[in-house]
Amino acid sequence: MIRDIEIADLKKITEIVKRKHDYDFTNYAMSSFKRRISRILELYNISIEKLVSRLENESAFGEEFLTEITVNVTEMFRDPSFWDTLREEIIPSILVNHDTFKIWHAGCSSGEEVYSMTILLHEMGILDKVTSFATDIDPLILNRAQAGEYHLKNMELNEKNYIRFKGQTSLKDYYTEKNGKAVMDKSLIRNVQFKKHDLVNGNLFNKVDLILCRNVMIYFNQSLQNTVLKKFHESLFKYGYLAIGSKESLIWCDIASKFIIVSNEEKVYRKLRD
Amino acid sequence: MGRFNLSNSYQAVVIGGSAGSFQGIVKILENIDPEFPLPIILSLHRLKHVRHGFVEALSIKSNKLVIEPYDKENIRKGTVYLAPANYHMSVELGKYFSLTTEEMMNNSRPAIDITLCTTAFAYRSKLVGILLSGANKDGGYGMKCIADKGGLTIVQDPDECMIDTMPKAALSMTNIDHVLKIQEIIDFLNELNKVCKS
Repeated sequence: MIRDIEIADLKKITEIVKRKHDYDFTNYAMSSFKRRISRILELYNISIEKLVSRLENESAFGEEFLTEITVNVTEMFRDPSFWDTLREEIIPSILVNHDTFKIWHAGCSSGEEVYSMTILLHEMGILDKVTSFATDIDPLILNRAQAGEYHLKNMELNEKNYIRFKGQTSLKDYYTEKNGKAVMDKSLIRNVQFKKHDLVNGNLFNKVDLILCRNVMIYFNQSLQNTVLKKFHESLFKYGYLAIGSKESLIWCDIASKFIIVSNEEKVYRKLRD
Repeated sequence: MGRFNLSNSYQAVVIGGSAGSFQGIVKILENIDPEFPLPIILSLHRLKHVRHGFVEALSIKSNKLVIEPYDKENIRKGTVYLAPANYHMSVELGKYFSLTTEEMMNNSRPAIDITLCTTAFAYRSKLVGILLSGANKDGGYGMKCIADKGGLTIVQDPDECMIDTMPKAALSMTNIDHVLKIQEIIDFLNELNKVCKS
């Protein structure tokens, strides 16, 4: 059920969260932000007035709120054809000019994409040639990403995606089962640095060769998308790659002219101009 | 004046459907005026991990171009939009789409309730909502949102539905203006076409 929430109440919430907790949701896409608030009211079984007062008065509530407001639904090898494009086209093209390179997972959530990437790199035999940064605004979800423990029932879907991606073996070779969970092999993430980073307020990042930010900016409005894309543009080496979600587009963004599209189907862009 | 006594104030049509709705959708798109002036927004349950084929299948049969919109794509007159696989599709107040990957709702992504409620919020009384055959209650609450905002509500006649759970859910949740068979829905859209062009 989606409760109808007044826009004035949403504005009040973003104002308090910004002032008290230092997170800025002002430029989030309206309809999904409204659903996330509605979901929190349902989870905690509280009124909008009670939510406002908890945000106003409980400093520790900020982190919980952040975890629930951000969307952390993801899969390993989501869109298998995207991962195939990385393996067959994008990464080989980076390797033409670089022996080692850097990847940034911007908004890595619970880590499924990070493990997918490290498995791909491992199967290409280049895991130790790549340094990765995995960042998210939410420290609690970063802990989960690092722990790499997933419900076994989710692994069925992950395995299906992996098979469609035509991986070399079985995902089972990359985890052990423990208490109903799949515990990922930690040696996969030996070259991954997990860091808290806020795309909205955060500083510029290290220079990298490939940025993955898939289905993250869909939660932002266009003005915030433009701001974040400028940061991505600056964080990429010239001729570096940016991958976004299959139904996202740079067409409407100011910075689009500095990129060319190298895979329209999988939405991979390449930085052409500084 | 036609059977439905329509005004020319409508600005969009939104259609939800699930199991058993494909034939109905195809029949509607085959019989609609190629110059039908309003956007038609389709939120249909579909296989989550099959990105290709559905929009192509609908386009072949349709008198009109059917597209899966990108996130933030503006809604244009006379275009048919289909919610893409594995995304929820919302309509924002500025009359553009947003796509999200939130949790499934009613076991579905896209969830019909999400498309219907957000479209109702954006178009208010200027919206026509149509809910077809389906095997769960997704869309029922969305039809209530449309009715609550003063939009016009239509469900496919449960007697004609392959599976009637979905239209019956809507009938139990809110006041539905018309219960129609697919041919009557086509008649309705043809009347709407004339009214909106006059």
